[in-house]
Amino acid sequence: MIIVFAVFLLTLLVITAVAVVRTENLFVAVMLMAIFSLLMAANFFILDAADVALTEAAVGAGVTTVIFLGALALTAEKERSRLTGRGLALGVVAVTVLVLIYATFDKPRLGDPEAPVHQHVAPWYLEQTPELIGIPNVVTAVLASYRGYDTLGEVFVVFAACIGVLFLLGAPPPKRTTPRPAATSGLRHHLVPQVVGRLLVPFIVLFGLYVQFHGEYGPGGGFQAGAIIATGLILHALLEGEKASIRAIPRGALFGMVVGGALLYGFVGVLGMLLGGNFLDYSVLHSDPVKGQQYGIIAIEAGVGIAVCGALMSIFHAFAARD
Amino acid sequence: MELLGHYNYWVFAVALMIGFYAVIARGNLIKKLLGLSIFQSAVFLMYITMDKVEGGTAPIIQPGVPDQIYSNPLPQVLILTAIVVGVSTTALGLAVVVRIKETYGSIEEHEIYEADQPS
Amino acid sequence: MNLTEQLVALQIVVPLLSAPVVALLRPRWLAWAATTAASATAFAIAIAIALGVREGRAFGYQMGSWPAPYGIELAVDPFSAVLLLIITGASTFALLGGRLSVDTQIEQQRQPLFYAAWLLGLAGLAGIAASADAFNIFVFMEISSLASYVLIAGGPDRRALPSVFKYLIMGTVGATFYLIGVGLIYMMTGTLNLADMELRIHEVGDQSPILVAAGFITVGLALKAAVFPLHAWLPNAYTYAPHAVTVFLAACATKVALYILLRFDFVVFQQNLIGHDVKFSYFLMPLAVLAILVASGMAAFERNLKRLLAYSSVAQIGYIMLGASLVNHAGLTASIVHIFNHSLAKGTLFLAVACLAMRLDSLRLDGIAGAARNMPWTMAAFVVGGLSLIGIPGTAGFISKWYLIAAVLGEGPLGFLLVAAIVISSLLAVVYVWRVVETAYFQSPPDGAVPAREAPPEMLILTWTAALLNVYFGFASDLPLSLSSAASALLMGHLP
Repeated sequence: MIIVFAVFLLTLLVITAVAVVRTENLFVAVMLMAIFSLLMAANFFILDAADVALTEAAVGAGVTTVIFLGALALTAEKERSRLTGRGLALGVVAVTVLVLIYATFDKPRLGDPEAPVHQHVAPWYLEQTPELIGIPNVVTAVLASYRGYDTLGEVFVVFAACIGVLFLLGAPPPKRTTPRPAATSGLRHHLVPQVVGRLLVPFIVLFGLYVQFHGEYGPGGGFQAGAIIATGLILHALLEGEKASIRAIPRGALFGMVVGGALLYGFVGVLGMLLGGNFLDYSVLHSDPVKGQQYGIIAIEAGVGIAVCGALMSIFHAFAARD
Repeated sequence: MELLGHYNYWVFAVALMIGFYAVIARGNLIKKLLGLSIFQSAVFLMYITMDKVEGGTAPIIQPGVPDQIYSNPLPQVLILTAIVVGVSTTALGLAVVVRIKETYGSIEEHEIYEADQPS
Repeated sequence: MNLTEQLVALQIVVPLLSAPVVALLRPRWLAWAATTAASATAFAIAIAIALGVREGRAFGYQMGSWPAPYGIELAVDPFSAVLLLIITGASTFALLGGRLSVDTQIEQQRQPLFYAAWLLGLAGLAGIAASADAFNIFVFMEISSLASYVLIAGGPDRRALPSVFKYLIMGTVGATFYLIGVGLIYMMTGTLNLADMELRIHEVGDQSPILVAAGFITVGLALKAAVFPLHAWLPNAYTYAPHAVTVFLAACATKVALYILLRFDFVVFQQNLIGHDVKFSYFLMPLAVLAILVASGMAAFERNLKRLLAYSSVAQIGYIMLGASLVNHAGLTASIVHIFNHSLAKGTLFLAVACLAMRLDSLRLDGIAGAARNMPWTMAAFVVGGLSLIGIPGTAGFISKWYLIAAVLGEGPLGFLLVAAIVISSLLAVVYVWRVVETAYFQSPPDGAVPAREAPPEMLILTWTAALLNVYFGFASDLPLSLSSAASALLMGHLP
């Protein structure tokens, strides 16, 4: 039964992708893109990747859509249809797809337990994690400890995007001939979203905090929590207007969160060095290595959550405040 | 599962190409970025497809269930990272598009190109 | 904590963790000073590592103390040591020489963010060079790419924006191709560690996914490295970037992508795909020759000074690929020496360009007419860099051309054709360098132009230091040669 459902979802995914590319109304395209991300998240869930599904839903369908909409408000909603180099595009695309399908013939089948990926490295993680780190969620263990250096890099990718957006949109805007319609009051005058939305915001933030602090035991962690809390705060900004949102959390504070989160992560890593281990070695943080690992993971997940939330909010405000 | 075979991989290949086509053939800069998002998402699907084990469940160790099969945690970790890379790239790309719109008054590739040709 | 053991980690951690701090620093000179201090520290570490590597010491590092392949491993061998030297050196020179240039091109209040992006770029590139993990390379590639988009977008000309957009699209496609390739290899081997991959890929029975992975990784990295004909993003990105950024990126950014490409091809694929060395040569040699000839030709007709040098960079990437495509020790050594020497030459030239840009309105050839009368020191440094680019004896460029020609001649009849290509391209290099020199020395300045002054001493000192390094390494080429030879032996050692 679940297979039929999976095939249905995957087919829908392709149809949505085609629709995104074909429609000339960019607003519609962005909305379809959000559906595409949700379908993708559902697929991930079927494939037993709960953490990834949560992230894709929060980041792909939530934050990305809002940033796209923010950019659309500053640019144009309609695409003036003009295709460039269509023949070339079709040629390149056809060659690549044929090559990829050629590669699939020798790929292990879906769910094959004999596949090489399930024989090496991964079983070690599943076997050793209870003993070495002592937390149930192996994804969090790999993310935060075994491959914690990747995750550090990841936080700095987000940081780079954040300073990039602030740098680009920090340039003085050109003079406008026509004043932009006042959108800064948000949805204050719309009763239904106002009432429902206000009720939702605290619960979204609460759920984000749960995901943050429960990441060792269930699906969740810093990235997901940061993205979810940011979504809640963005909803608040949409309801109450840009100004009220900045009054609640000033931009300086948001940027401080990004810097603070990234430095917290780095500091935990350097602390490992100072205490005689390698960079990002958490086992030296406590006399019991397993405890040390857990403290380290909690600290760096907090850093990730703070940095991601701050970065996504900064990026959102940079787009929303530009006029 | 036998029935499905490689369906996931084919969807990956097709979705990848739809996105790639939009990136190359569409002249609108925002459309290019949407295409790029689809292109990246398709790769996520390829990685996540690998992690599935028949009869398995999400890799969260359940005490007291000794014989439980778990799916592979590693591709999930990689894709968590890649998703955030994707949104970072998109945000930066959109910031560039906004600045292009402000300085050129257009987000269509050919109009921007023509605006810079000495007349 | 034992400092020597931690050197490899510090190489990346110092610039990486300085970036958030720099983003908060005001006023702008403080941000610059902190950035330069972090970059100089990284340079000092790179020198220490290079000297250690030359003595045969191996630098490995296990992040989080987890053993590879379960954790992420860093490893510095002679090849990565050369890259680390170039990356940190170029960044330090560009920062020291580029402060005034950045001041004129970027608004004061945006400078701390700019310098933070600079450090991220530096940390990203160094992270790629030091990493021994395929996915970790992707993450640091993205850090360095996002940072370079930001840096290039800082250019004051509005054409910087479409150039950055193009670079962003092509760069992301390249990185995603790389990710697909890594995914396919992972699917067949179950590991992400490069050394482990090499061992386990033997056991893979079905070669088609590996072959496809080789294709995707090669194309993706070739996009990033601007290998002809995938170089479309490079000329405009270099032309409209702030001058200091061009010095930094032109000296090392594409070479880092080439470095991973060579590493993958020689270490992971070469011995595992039947006849791969032949395919590799057949595929890359024509592209390399085309790059050398076509891009040099484009440079000879170009009228914008920065774009002229950018096309020349595409041609130089061709030389590097040509040496590698011979798949022998001499060819690879020539390639790696050329990576080092070309960074020196291009760094010097772009530093001189930054000096010119301080005093002149236009960097088109007619804009620099007669510039040598007012800026003799700047133009003299440009000439030294140009001679090194052409490969005149007594400069660093000569050493790598010499080794390249020697390697190519070992190929028999085909070798003579390749030598002909190299000679033609060198003549074209004489033409484009001469056009600049002729305009600057022998034409009179445009009518009514205000006579320009010589560039600020601070910038001249740096430009001349770089120029003299070209001469120094033209005679005392021991360090780059010994490292390159060791690197080449290492890569060739992976062949069956």
